[in-house]
Parts: sequence; structure tokens; C-alpha cells
Amino acid sequence: MAEITAEKAERPTVWRSHGTDRRSTRTLRLRTSAALLTVTVLAVLLVPPLVQLDQQAVDLAVKLQPPSPQHPFGTDDVGRDLLLRCVYGLRVSLLVGVAAALTATVVGTAVGATAGALGGWVDRVVMRVVDTIASVPHLLLGIFIVAMFRPGVWPVVISVALTHWLSTARIVRAEVLSLRSRPYIDAAVSGGASRWRVAVRHLLPGVLPQAALAAVLMVPHAMWHESALSFLGLGLPTHTASLGNLIQEARGSLLAGQWWPTLFPGLFLIVPTLAVAGLAGAWRERINPRRRSELML
Amino acid sequence: MLELSDITAGYAGNAPVIRNISLTISPGEAVGLLGPSGCGKSTLARVAALLHHPDAGTLVVDGTPVRRWRHRAPREQRTAFGVVFQQARLSADPRLALTDLIAEPLRATGRREGVADRVAELAATVGLTTDLLSRRPHEVSDGQLQRACLARALVLRPRWLVCDEMTAMLDASTTAALVRVVEEYRAATGAGLLAVGHDRVLLDRWCDRTVEWATLTAAVSADDVAIR
Repeated sequence: MAEITAEKAERPTVWRSHGTDRRSTRTLRLRTSAALLTVTVLAVLLVPPLVQLDQQAVDLAVKLQPPSPQHPFGTDDVGRDLLLRCVYGLRVSLLVGVAAALTATVVGTAVGATAGALGGWVDRVVMRVVDTIASVPHLLLGIFIVAMFRPGVWPVVISVALTHWLSTARIVRAEVLSLRSRPYIDAAVSGGASRWRVAVRHLLPGVLPQAALAAVLMVPHAMWHESALSFLGLGLPTHTASLGNLIQEARGSLLAGQWWPTLFPGLFLIVPTLAVAGLAGAWRERINPRRRSELML
Repeated sequence: MLELSDITAGYAGNAPVIRNISLTISPGEAVGLLGPSGCGKSTLARVAALLHHPDAGTLVVDGTPVRRWRHRAPREQRTAFGVVFQQARLSADPRLALTDLIAEPLRATGRREGVADRVAELAATVGLTTDLLSRRPHEVSDGQLQRACLARALVLRPRWLVCDEMTAMLDASTTAALVRVVEEYRAATGAGLLAVGHDRVLLDRWCDRTVEWATLTAAVSADDVAIR
């Protein structure tokens, strides 16, 4: 009797432990990503107002010091504390990333939904325009746009947003096209619904999960773009701490063997990117296990 | 009268699915359209219900010639048709609870007062219990969902009903129940019916007149021969 019970008890355990292993990896990835992102966002939101330290404070006596208890990330070539500079830099980069991703998603969804819902020649014209814009390398186009304004945060946001709505427009259009031919749209037409009502009530709610996922994945991409523009000296004004500016300024000291001024801003770029990718991956598996959506960099 | 004459229709870029088909339905008449799958009878039903723009031919609904289809058709003309599709699963927006599914045409046409009463009344007519009404399409069976779709088709009190293989996916008892609901509605309002299907026994019992798809196309061939 005891043997039977033991056997019975054992088998489900083995079977279940296999399942939990897979699930726990997924949960671990999800939790790590969530924790990293929370820490990052909290640091970015709370440190500047709470900590009364000047990120611009120059102290030439402590220039280019390696990481130490006073300066956990070391100091740069004019003795500014790198941890503080990185937090301020990430703050700017994250602001640019979120603002640009939101703008790009709103524009892309509007254009894609219009093209998909109206179809016909509107769709053809709009999508050819999208193809034309997409045929220009988007960093080049971004540089062109940013060069038209004085350096600042908003020109960078506009530049990144205007070059990144294309993929969202394509995703949304494809999704709307596939939804549009469903019989429930016919039923809505027969029920007297206007084009606007069909779009807002039946089509947009169907594409929103995809659009939101694209928006989330766009945030790190936009951050990298901001860094690239700043690194090229075209983005934010050089006195503003942004991750791109920090890396750009630190290039010289890297050649001299001082690794910390480039490593830490780089990590500040990579860690939130991976965290967002982890969260988005988990979310994607929830909303649509079959579709692959990847982080674009 | 619902008069379809010389309808030719197809889908973008391909050869027409139906050529020169004519069909007339008198007011209050129930016509069954029988045909094998893929012959184009659903396309004809979609043209009749103003859901598919034909390439050629004329459609006259209650004396008014139809010149525009889908969104371009006047709303009163579009809502004169209640359409029930074959696959309830695909013809219901997965995000709407059954109540909203049934009430959607009322809201879309701006009739917001008395929505709850009308939905309750129709739910009782088609045999949906109140606990089902708050569920979404994936939480009910095909039969229950098709009942809701029939209720949606009836909610605007259409003068014409188009049932495109409404019962093809359903069991006998649900089929009987839905057909009875349609017949009670027609008896009460005098609405006409175009029922598409491939179940001869059902259509013969249900409709005043059953038309074979072959006779519609044969008429065309005979005409063609006569012209030549």
C-alpha cells in the first residue's frame, strides 16, 4: 500500500518539475527584467529631485579616478561623478526614448489604420510613400531632420519619431487588412456602422496589442538612436548629460586605458534595453504565442 | 421585391465568380438557394445584402435601384437587410460580450434608448439565457453564438433576411430552433428571405421556393445560345 502511494506521489512530481523548470526560467527572466527596469526608472525619477548633488560640479583634483567608495563609477576627465552623470544621462535618454516611441506609434497607427481600413488607392498611395521614406537610411534621415533645428531634446524626439513610425504603420496596416476581411466587419456594415465606427470599435481594438508591443520595443531603439545622434555630436548639446554624450566625451580616455567613463554609460544603455526586451518578450508570449516580434536595434 | 438581374461579380484581379445571374424574390417570399460549395452562391448573397460590389448587373430593392454598396450605400438601405453568416465564430467580434454584439447595430445607428429591453426581448426570442449574455464569443458554443448572431440580424427589424448557410455548422435541434425563430419573425413582419445552403431537405421544408444554382446558370447558357 505504502509503495503504491509512494509511486503515485513520485510520478506527478517528476512530471511537474519538468514543467516548473521551464516556467521558472520564464518567470526568472520576467522578474529580473521587471526588477532592473523598476530600479532604473526609480533611479531616474527619484535621484535628481532627492539628491542634492550637482552633476555638473567640476573638481579637477579628482579627475579620471577609477571607481572608489566616494565615486562608485569613478570620475570623468574634469572630475565629475560618473554615477550621477549616468543617472542624469539615462533620464534624458529615457525621456527621448519614451516620447519618440509614443509619437512614432501614434503616427504609425493612424497612418497604418487609415491605409488598411480605406484600402484601394488610398492604401496604395500611402504605402508607396511609406516605402519611399523607408528607402532612405533612417539614421541619415534622422541626421537631416535634426540638423534643421537648434540642438535640444525635442529636435531629437522629432527626428527619431519621424523616422520610426514606418514599421508601426506597416504592422498596423497588415493587421487591419487581415481584420477587415473578417465576416464580423461585414456584419457591422450590414448593421449600419459608419467607416469611423468600424475603425474605432472593431479594427483599432484588434491592432492595439500589436501597436503597444511595437511601442514598447521602440523605446530602447529610440534611446540607441538618441545616443547615436549625440555620439555624432548632432543630438543633445554637449553640456547636457546624455548617454551618447557621455560615451562620446570619454572616447579619448578609453585610449589611455581608462575604461570606466565608457563602460558605465554603455551599461546604462544596455541594461534597460535588455530589461525592456525581456518584458516585451513575456508580453508577446501572452498576447500571441505564435507571432515573433523582435527588438529592433 | 428584391430583384437581382444579370449580376456578374468576383474578387479583385480574378475572373468573375458568378456571371449573369438573375434572381427575383417577391415581398414576404422565402427563397432557398441550393448549390455545391464554391459555386458562388455566397457571393450572390453578399451582393444582394449590399456587402459586395458586383462588376455588372443591377439590384433593385423594394423599387429603389442600388447604385452603391457597403459603406457607400445609404444606411437605411444597408440596414434593410439582416445577414446571418455561416461561421458564427468569425462573424462575431471577439471583444464584444453577447449583449454588446446584439446591441451593436442599435448603437451604430444611434438608437440608444431602450437598448437593454430590445436585447432582452431578442435574447428570449432566440433562446439565450441571461447568464450567457455577459459572456464573450469564446466562452459560448457555436450554437449559442449563432443564436446571438441571429438576434443581431433581427435587432433592426430588417425587411429582408439573408441567411448564408446559417445552420451548416449546427446540430439538428439548434437548426430547428433558429429556423423557427426566422419563420416567426417573418410571420410577424412579412420580411422576405434568401436562404443559401446545400441541405435540400432543410431548404425544401423551410422555403416557399427552392432554386437550384444549376438552373440559374443554365438560364444564362440558354440565353447565350439564343443570342448567338
